[in-house]
Amino acid sequence: MTKIAKHIRVAAILAATVFAAAATLPAASARAPETEVKIDNFAFAPQRIVVQAGTTVTWINADDAPHTVASSTKVFKSGALDTEDKFSFTFTTPGTYEYFCSLHPHMTGTVVVEAAAAGNAAQ
Amino acid sequence: MTSDHDETQGVSRRKILECMTWAGTGVLWTIAGGVPRSTGLIGEAVAAAEPSGLTFLQISDSHVGFDKPANPNTIGTLEEAINKIKALPVKPAFVIHTGDITHLSKLSEFDDADRIISQARLDVHYVPGEHDVIDPEQKLYRERYGHGAKGAGWYSFDANGVHFIGLVNVVDLKAGGLGNLGNDQLEWLENDLRGRSASTPIVVFAHIPLWSVYPQWGWGTDDAARALDQLKRFGSVTVLNGHIHQVMQKVEGNVTFHTAMSTAFVQPAPGAQPSPGPMKVADDKLRSLLGITDVTFKRGQQRLAIVDQPLQG
Repeated sequence: MTKIAKHIRVAAILAATVFAAAATLPAASARAPETEVKIDNFAFAPQRIVVQAGTTVTWINADDAPHTVASSTKVFKSGALDTEDKFSFTFTTPGTYEYFCSLHPHMTGTVVVEAAAAGNAAQ
Repeated sequence: MTSDHDETQGVSRRKILECMTWAGTGVLWTIAGGVPRSTGLIGEAVAAAEPSGLTFLQISDSHVGFDKPANPNTIGTLEEAINKIKALPVKPAFVIHTGDITHLSKLSEFDDADRIISQARLDVHYVPGEHDVIDPEQKLYRERYGHGAKGAGWYSFDANGVHFIGLVNVVDLKAGGLGNLGNDQLEWLENDLRGRSASTPIVVFAHIPLWSVYPQWGWGTDDAARALDQLKRFGSVTVLNGHIHQVMQKVEGNVTFHTAMSTAFVQPAPGAQPSPGPMKVADDKLRSLLGITDVTFKRGQQRLAIVDQPLQG
């Protein structure tokens, strides 16, 4: 039962992904880039990411302990993320964004946002 | 043996011994003439206690609301801890809770914790852990426990000639840093201690350790040294903390540092795992690694007696 359920779920996710891709393709030149940062073992992974302006970064907490994602300059701050909870932020302005977990401040990370390349040539 | 775990026999002897080295329970503190002292097992401490002494109890890290494999029943183990307190042969004067009452600062978690802890029918003096101040407005802890407290919830009180100071080192934390007391609280502490006799026994309690246990995991407080400087002139200072879910003790001059067990789940010894997260131990071992702490102060002696008492074993 669980195996079948898993297959159905995977299929549903695939279908959703394909649908989402199809829905956004016509606007490919302006598609919003996305990336993920995992919170695991009291660390952000990758700890440092470099993205283009306009990118939405999603943090996912894989720990059994709650964490937060808090900008050191208060540009963004999540609420408490319990296990599997997510937080997303879209970076529109180029710059270097340092952040940390406000519960466990030894956990730190960096998002470097670069100006979007014209016509996404780099892609 | 090549592995710590034998699938057929559960946890290996080596692993059990590793666990036992940091297993505690409750700490019975005896304050005697100034300097705290651990007398070992609870029976021994009780035998040493005189009616004129002050006995109080420390519990910590209840994490009500936590339901992951490391302990799916944190309400049950907190109830066991309270039953343990109710069964003590010497009734403690009061209880100190060194924070992480709840897991996620939810109203229902605070309600459940209150409902269970109040069954001990003792006054309880709280300080918050970082898990108690993560509601969106950071107000549930203060509304419930902060009456008469300053700032984020720090305060002091006296009992039997001992001066107790509850500090908050879990708010306004800085990126890359550890626990934090902050200028306002340190100034308040200076005023609070001003004019007190150096012979007054001092008990300081806060959630995150005020000594550098393992900074790589955030187990320390950035500006603790400034607080300890102010306490240097006192002949007996006892610092009680939680946060690390295991018993550790250190004596430095006139200062005794002690961390309590959790009533909820186990965390690894420093560096023993990739992270300090909740650690699953064998079901039949969990209650030997959770517990409470008794502390007894006895006039005319030099030390407090601290006894860690597990829920089981």
